[in-house]
Amino acid sequence: MSVLPEGWEMVIGLEVHCELHTETKLFCSCPNSFGDEPNANTCPTCLGLPGSLPVLNERAVELAMRLGRALACDVQRSVFARKNYFYPDQPKDYQVSQYDLPTNEHGHLDLPSGLQVGITRAHIEEDTGKLTHVGGGGRIHDASHSLVDYNRSGVPLVEIVSEADMRSSEQAKEYASELRAILLATGVSDAKMEEGSMRVDANVSVNRVGEPWGTRCEIKNLNSLRSLGRAIDHEALRQIDLIEAGEVVRQETRHWDEAEGRTGTLRVKEDADDYRYFPEPDLVPLEPTADDIARIDAALPVLPAARRAALAAAAGADPTDGGVVIAVERGLDELATAAIGAGADAARVLTHVEHNLAVDGAERLSSEHLAALVKMETGGELTATQAKTVLAEMVETGDDPATIAKARGFEALDTGALEGIVDEIIAAHPGEWEQFRTGDDKARGKLTGFFMGKVMQASKGQADGKVATALLRSRAGL
Amino acid sequence: MTAIATAASVRSGERSARSVVEAHLAAIQGREADIHAFNLVLAEQALAHADEIDAQVAAGEDPGPLAGVPIALKDNLGTTGIPTTWSSKILDGWKPPYDATVVERLRAAGAIAVGKTNLDEFAMGSSTENSAFGPTKNPHDTTRVPGGSSGGSAAAVAAGFAPLALGSDTGGSIRQPAAFCGIVGAKPTYGAVSRYGLVAFASSLDQIGPFAADVADAALLLEVISGHDPLDSTSIPEPPLALSDQLSRGVEGLRVGVVQELLGAEGIAPDVVARTKAAVEALEGAGAKIEEVSVPAVIYGLSAYYLIAPAEASSNLARYDGVRYGLRVDAPTTGEMYDRTRTAGFGPEVERRIMLGTYALSAGYYDAFYGKAQKVRTLIIRDFEAAYERCDVLISPTAPTTAFAFGAKADPLAMYLNDVCTIPSNLAGHPAISVPYGAGEDGMPIGVQVMAPALGEAVMFRVAAALEASLS
Repeated sequence: MSVLPEGWEMVIGLEVHCELHTETKLFCSCPNSFGDEPNANTCPTCLGLPGSLPVLNERAVELAMRLGRALACDVQRSVFARKNYFYPDQPKDYQVSQYDLPTNEHGHLDLPSGLQVGITRAHIEEDTGKLTHVGGGGRIHDASHSLVDYNRSGVPLVEIVSEADMRSSEQAKEYASELRAILLATGVSDAKMEEGSMRVDANVSVNRVGEPWGTRCEIKNLNSLRSLGRAIDHEALRQIDLIEAGEVVRQETRHWDEAEGRTGTLRVKEDADDYRYFPEPDLVPLEPTADDIARIDAALPVLPAARRAALAAAAGADPTDGGVVIAVERGLDELATAAIGAGADAARVLTHVEHNLAVDGAERLSSEHLAALVKMETGGELTATQAKTVLAEMVETGDDPATIAKARGFEALDTGALEGIVDEIIAAHPGEWEQFRTGDDKARGKLTGFFMGKVMQASKGQADGKVATALLRSRAGL
Repeated sequence: MTAIATAASVRSGERSARSVVEAHLAAIQGREADIHAFNLVLAEQALAHADEIDAQVAAGEDPGPLAGVPIALKDNLGTTGIPTTWSSKILDGWKPPYDATVVERLRAAGAIAVGKTNLDEFAMGSSTENSAFGPTKNPHDTTRVPGGSSGGSAAAVAAGFAPLALGSDTGGSIRQPAAFCGIVGAKPTYGAVSRYGLVAFASSLDQIGPFAADVADAALLLEVISGHDPLDSTSIPEPPLALSDQLSRGVEGLRVGVVQELLGAEGIAPDVVARTKAAVEALEGAGAKIEEVSVPAVIYGLSAYYLIAPAEASSNLARYDGVRYGLRVDAPTTGEMYDRTRTAGFGPEVERRIMLGTYALSAGYYDAFYGKAQKVRTLIIRDFEAAYERCDVLISPTAPTTAFAFGAKADPLAMYLNDVCTIPSNLAGHPAISVPYGAGEDGMPIGVQVMAPALGEAVMFRVAAALEASLS
């Protein structure tokens, strides 16, 4: 269901900067650490003091290449380049980055819903320091002065640029979420949007269906997946409003204001900025060998997409199924696969994972116990409601389902006993029964609730609701 | 007394380091007011350091191969806690919190820093007239320039203020002042000496190198400061150079090429040509095989250099913006503060090169200027390689003329022409040395340049030593 008016579509590309999970910075041995005293983690190199020089952190390169391979990129000879611009959070007034020869190129990321998003490049660069604007509510415009903390300066980053393959805010959120899962699985980054170790900028444009792409705007300051989604939808509608009013969308960078729920101009980009890129003369080119790449490939963990495929195959389901996606997201896919392998009904297993296992400790659940529980359900020994209760206790105590069910006195009522109860209740409420038998759907719906309440009371909660309802209807000849 | 002899006498206890330093401080006291070689004389620190050296000798410890030898350091080398100015107003009292690697190695070798020497601001110039603190005078004739940009270091050695000095050479800034002041000055292979702690002018060209009164002293100093440094990613993974035992091997059978494009370059004075030819004849007399060689692309060296060096400099000097250290001229906004600080802090030649360099890198011009210049650089490297297949070393003049008078080269382009013979080896990353070889018609010193292929310092110093010997 699209948020856009009829006849319009949006085009979205995402640029994600993620901080690499290294001990030290990209070009010096200062700690790569968040939340310390301002300017505690600095040295001549990351302060850009006169005469300082960069020395490349090999672990950062390793992680960057690992991410590249996880995104199916070509990992190639690369050259660092200086991106020259003046800003107080940039100690050398240039950033060491990569320009026309980046480490990783031409990859892709497969979204759980099935869309494949191209990855243009994923290159290595250093982070800037952090500015705090004082006075004027924290924004630069009304500040009397600014403070700069260089702890973050020189922290290694990988900038991942996607192709403009996304067409909805849902897809954009999926991309960010899947990318995050890959970063965590590979140990490349801890990818915390709220701490800034994963920063997502969105490029959004709109066009009428069948027409060329429109002018795009870049949106910054997206600190959560929710903001990402909201901001994209808001921006697309803003652009559509402009165009429909006969105005022109200006190419610019906009700042998302979470509180106000809208974007505002940060800076206008009339021309592309001229950063006067040239190869960094203080560093030598990186030349990964075939052996290096083979070694990195061999050490890659199983990635989320592969895990979804494996679980789907085991469950006879589709990799884009909600239960499959959530199982992998929560790290419960191995548990589910093992339970299915032990003979449990796949659909029930996935349902439990999706709805009843969003709790701490779920990953410690034993697959044998889960399989046993599901078998009790499908064998009619437990109702769905009872199974849910037993499962919660299984997670908490680690006990097996049979023991728990017995202790709680759970047993699903057998069909014969249930029939008896239903018949008794029908006989005890002839008026309501007549209305149920002859009334319309609405009346019948209300009365089903009435009768179910009575059945549950009489059976002390052991009746299987579905079976009881079916009995009622068959007694009524429906 | 040579550095080698001084070190030997201090190590043996024959002479105290203190007496050595006192004698040099007295020499400085005597003539420094005239010469202005130094931005800062380190009298107290030098004496304290000398006492440490003497204590080590007394305790039977080895203070190192340069024990007690005074050395002057170009004021673009970082020295902990000691003002380092780059002869610019923009650094305004800046005291580095760390030492350059070469400074650490000198200390470990027992050398004693006696002062920070004057230079053209940010090492940009060929006369030391671009210093924000006033020029240095040539000790041979104080109406003339000492050369640049390491004019202060060259003058310090020539005036007897210290037997040794360090300079930096990006387009000839060690060799040309050495020639103008009648001393030895060498630029090593790019990467042979660590640049950590040297304020960057043009990162792919800069090298630190030795000044001394003779070839043997220069060789020893270069040995001490050279060798791999993990703090410099462009540092060659080799141990320190081994030169001293090469010096007396002579030149029998060595093939010496005379670079036609440099000897015959426009503006090379007849007396310089004459002394260069005399040097060549001397080598031939000592058994070398002489050949005229062509290194065709060197004629584009000046043009390529004056695009590459300013381009890299425009980026390297961006950090002097008043935010973190040095001069800050306050203003209501950051942008204005940058403008006012850099306008007040940089001299005209620095501003000229920053603008040139920014232009050469800008969108639409990169390919035509910076990109093209780097390609020309490759051609120069190839032409040198071809020449070195036929020759062991190459010879040329160091500078086109003897030292000129102050103000004589007011036109920047005329000043840039000073570097025509020295620039090619910076572009190629090859070592080169200037050896004093007599005087010009005006009685001022003339230097002859010996060049060698990458990491060919040993054969280069051998030839330099033979040239020096031929004069005595």
